[in-house]
Amino acid sequence: MNAVLQPEIRNRPGPPLWLLFELTYRCPLHCVFCYNPTDFKSVGAELTTEDWIRVLGEARALGSVQLGLSGGEPLARDDLEPIVAEAHALGYYTNLITSGVGLTEARLQALKRGGLDHIQLSFQDSTRQMNDFLSSTRTFELKAKVAGLIKQYDYPMVLNVVLHRLNIDHVEEILEMAERLGADYVELANTQYYGWAARNRDQLLPSREQLQRAEAATQRFRERVGQRMRIFFVVPDYFERRPKPCMNGMGSIFLTITPDGTALPCHAARMLPGIEFPNVRASSVESVWYDSDGFNHFRGDSWMREPCRSCPEKHKDFGGCRCQAYMLTGDAANADPVCDLSPYHSIVTEAVARADAAPPSLERPLIFRDHR
Amino acid sequence: MTNSVSSTRPALGRGLRFQWEPAQNAHVLLYPEGMIKLNGSAGEIMKRCDGKRTVADITAELERTFAAQGLDKEVEAFVAMAVEKRWLEIQP
Repeated sequence: MNAVLQPEIRNRPGPPLWLLFELTYRCPLHCVFCYNPTDFKSVGAELTTEDWIRVLGEARALGSVQLGLSGGEPLARDDLEPIVAEAHALGYYTNLITSGVGLTEARLQALKRGGLDHIQLSFQDSTRQMNDFLSSTRTFELKAKVAGLIKQYDYPMVLNVVLHRLNIDHVEEILEMAERLGADYVELANTQYYGWAARNRDQLLPSREQLQRAEAATQRFRERVGQRMRIFFVVPDYFERRPKPCMNGMGSIFLTITPDGTALPCHAARMLPGIEFPNVRASSVESVWYDSDGFNHFRGDSWMREPCRSCPEKHKDFGGCRCQAYMLTGDAANADPVCDLSPYHSIVTEAVARADAAPPSLERPLIFRDHR
Repeated sequence: MTNSVSSTRPALGRGLRFQWEPAQNAHVLLYPEGMIKLNGSAGEIMKRCDGKRTVADITAELERTFAAQGLDKEVEAFVAMAVEKRWLEIQP
């Protein structure tokens, strides 16, 4: 019997090293670029504290080491502190990904005591909030206060700013503000077009010229501040010729648990049709990761078609993003059309051409994430 | 004889987590969104870097534990590299 089982064991995928808890879809903000599902209101009840803690233990036993705590706004859960404390005790490196809304000193103190390792503070903005932000009004005051607390509690100050057509021309001002906040790291991440952002894509995609100006401004800033502040500029994949190695391949290292316990191989996978994703209420993490169709469907490369199947780069980018392939071509098993070898690549280049040609003003109103 | 490295007291760098990881069968260093799997000797050195022991103490201890001699160069080179990469910090 062992002889029969052995090859399977040898070929067993590695553990879910990176575990992401999307603790809740609740959020005080209404960002136009949010990647949460647009029908998040219809998602079932949130897991209990006991559920989350059980999942922590099961995943840790498989070899999970990184824990991301996200949402929605994870601080909307009043049990964030015991979840962090349990994760720390189990040996996770714990990362809080937050807008800062609700991060009081009392809560930060409790999180620090529980062993929270790292905080990433995001700037959520829309045109209106961006104006607030750039004119140092309420949003900025909140950020400045939270940034001060983060430094006071001896965490590196890590900022994440989502860029898009409506704010990318302000990169210099954004970086100057980050400098005033004492940021150690700034990630300028161009919007990825999932969820609410996909709905708003044509209003959010910058032009090539905007992108080039923003990169040049970032470079000038880097030269001025040197090592004091490290800046990562993430180019939107629509401007690339090869797709991103999304999730390092589905089912390779990444496991997301959504608020209702549905387990996903990437943040956005719930949209993929014809695949049933398992739920940790009904299945152990081990069976979710190793046995479920949801995690095996796009694992490895046997699902690939041409041009990916015979591509020498297939183990470099894994065919790109399954969700993007589905959204843009209608079939998740196609190559990500960001790749210029995809027969659907013109979908991407045409979107960029429209962005290049469009006037800077808005022709259609943005759809703000809301609960209606 | 002590040189400048051997009398220093290295400690784990700020914001890192170091531990034995059974699933990797190795010591690992965890940092935001990443993991470094350490080889055997790196793990043995790192686990002794507690900010109290000097590099000379660590070398002596390793030489005793592994019945080896002349490990000072290897330990010092690793500590220098790890400080450079901010895996370790030197305690004053």
